[in-house]
Amino acid sequence: MNDVAAATLVQAAARAAPRVPVLEVADLSVEFRTRSGTVRALDGVSLQVHRGECLGVVGESGSGKSVTAYAVMRLLDPAARITGGRITFGGMDMLGAGDADLADLRGRELSMIFQNPRASLNPIRPVGTQIADVLLRHGGVTRAQAPARAAALLAEVGIPDPERRARAYPFELSGGMCQRVGIALALACRPALLIADEPTTGLDVTTQAVIMDLVLGLARARGMATVLITHDLGLATEYCDSIAVMHAGHVVETAPTAALFATPRHPYTARLIGATPRPGLALGDLASIAGSLPDLRREDLPACRFLDRCERARPDCAAAPLPRRTEAARMVACRYPL
Amino acid sequence: MMLAVIARRLAAALPTLAGVVVVTFLLTRALPGDPAAYFAGPAATREAVEQIRAQLGLDRSLGMQFLGYLRELARGDLGLSITTGQPVLSDIVARLPASAELTLLALLFAALAGISLGVLAALRPNGWLDNLCRVIATLGVCLPAFFTGLLLIYVFYYLLGWAPAPLGRLNAFAAPPPHVTGFFLIDSLLAGQGETFRSALAQILLPALSLGIFAVAPIARITRGSMLAVMSSDFIRAARAHGLSGRTVVIAYALRNALLPVVTTLGMVFSFLLGANVLIEKVFAWPGIGSYAVEALIASDYAPVQGFVMTMGFLYVLLNLAIDLLYRVIDPRMEVTA
Ligand SMILES: Nc1ncnc2c1ncn2[C@@H]1O[C@H](COP(=O)(O)OP(=O)(O)O)[C@@H](O)[C@H]1O
Ligand SMILES: [Mg+2]
Repeated sequence: MNDVAAATLVQAAARAAPRVPVLEVADLSVEFRTRSGTVRALDGVSLQVHRGECLGVVGESGSGKSVTAYAVMRLLDPAARITGGRITFGGMDMLGAGDADLADLRGRELSMIFQNPRASLNPIRPVGTQIADVLLRHGGVTRAQAPARAAALLAEVGIPDPERRARAYPFELSGGMCQRVGIALALACRPALLIADEPTTGLDVTTQAVIMDLVLGLARARGMATVLITHDLGLATEYCDSIAVMHAGHVVETAPTAALFATPRHPYTARLIGATPRPGLALGDLASIAGSLPDLRREDLPACRFLDRCERARPDCAAAPLPRRTEAARMVACRYPL
Repeated sequence: MMLAVIARRLAAALPTLAGVVVVTFLLTRALPGDPAAYFAGPAATREAVEQIRAQLGLDRSLGMQFLGYLRELARGDLGLSITTGQPVLSDIVARLPASAELTLLALLFAALAGISLGVLAALRPNGWLDNLCRVIATLGVCLPAFFTGLLLIYVFYYLLGWAPAPLGRLNAFAAPPPHVTGFFLIDSLLAGQGETFRSALAQILLPALSLGIFAVAPIARITRGSMLAVMSSDFIRAARAHGLSGRTVVIAYALRNALLPVVTTLGMVFSFLLGANVLIEKVFAWPGIGSYAVEALIASDYAPVQGFVMTMGFLYVLLNLAIDLLYRVIDPRMEVTA
């Protein structure tokens, strides 16, 4: 695919039909072949994000959030296999695309920021040079212009004294500064979709808020679509238009943020809300979520993977298929929803 | 900064060098054979031998001999070779370039072959190249360098007639190029003597190969392991998420990081090569310090052996210094931890 065609693809799709999602994941299943068995990491995952929208993907650690993100980027480990479903980005079939087309798309139309900002940067390359690498790859700048553009991008993400910081190595910067560099890298070529995988986990609380405001501010200003992956429902509520709740490789509920909070329909969502600190709730009232995720290598995984932790479970909950009820903008995957 | 590092490293090497001085002195005294008897010849009377022993200072106590040895060392006097009748220092200075050229070329060959093999093997783990790598590694361990040397001579000189006779650095008709570096390959090019260059290259190829081959395996193995570890790290996934091309990811991002442990290995490999050099020089009649030391050892000639071991000690210290500096050039983080 040539550059111009790819660049206009997303915008054209958006103009023609405003409600066509930028990213659509439908019924996606992913397995990992490991020595100790097959890990059924994703099973029938469906998501949609529209232009200018922020979708939160929430779930405890191990629920398949990162695997979903890597599948969309087509950056899964060699051990992974996509066993079913579709991923459509800007009208393009991501599962059928060739390596060269994908590499052209990544970093330019489709970007990602990562959980561990310092480990996500090349430890022995100055950060300005790393930004210049991305600009030279996609940004249409010359070798002579790249350093100045890189410094300008660092300034845009609020790094003081950008010319000097551009020459710094990751180990010379704080975690927050490294994440700002990660944001500059991801947004350097003004992508249509940004996936932020736990962008503030591991940063201190004040830095967390600053980084979140920075990412979402830039996203909104540019009309980007954003997927915010987090284990923190509170954080997602604050920044996202709608939320998809994941549990053990399933999306168990999708709803606009306010509706999800007001009337959670999946028992897991209700428990997550109960475990989320919010104003007017004493710490002692916070319920923790009992039980743990099922082992995804099990041969006899029940259709509902929340079954063992659910106080509302009935005998027929184990039977396939997992019911997915869709009404208006909401989806819930439960036979007996709240 | 760099100068301070060099000074600190040299100071740290002083105890090593002192150890080398003591050990060489004791070692040569512990060797079998009586140099006075050898020097006097088979027909000498007992009185004549004793007289020569006194001349050589070998009738004094070990402590007195050591003090005398130190005094001479301080003057840069490594003693006289009984066999060549020349000062050991000038013998070694004259022969060192031959050894250095051979060993460095072998190291260059081993590093290029080992690093390329290791990288290719890591990019396709368990592919045919990876298996080839394993075979070479096993062979390299099984076959001693001098045996490889004899095998190569048998095949390429005796059977195929492609290589010249293994008799030193140049064929019988070529004159050495004007002395600049002492490396014939470089000096002949500097003097524009194409014929001499070709002859020098033809002569050095087989010994350098036999010396280098057995260093390919450890370098390839370390490169492969280190490359595999780096390729699965977060920043490589991030670099690919930013769309960087496969070449940039593998070479500028992965390989440069993976080289850090390889550089450390190169130091160790080089010291192996220095040792293996001794036999290879003997096999190829190479006029270096290794064959010089072997001949002296057979003749119970102490001083050249002492001078040889001392030279090796100094080379080893210098080499480690060079490796250390190279490491610093590659890894910016070293400056803080040092
Ligand atoms: N490379 C892999 N090999 C085997 N299993 C994996 C691999 N990567 C992820 N998984 C499994 O997939 C599931 C989802 O992981 P992940 O997406 O990382 O969770 P999270 O929601 O915390 O991001 C987990 O059960 C994890 O063990
Ligand atoms: Mg994760």
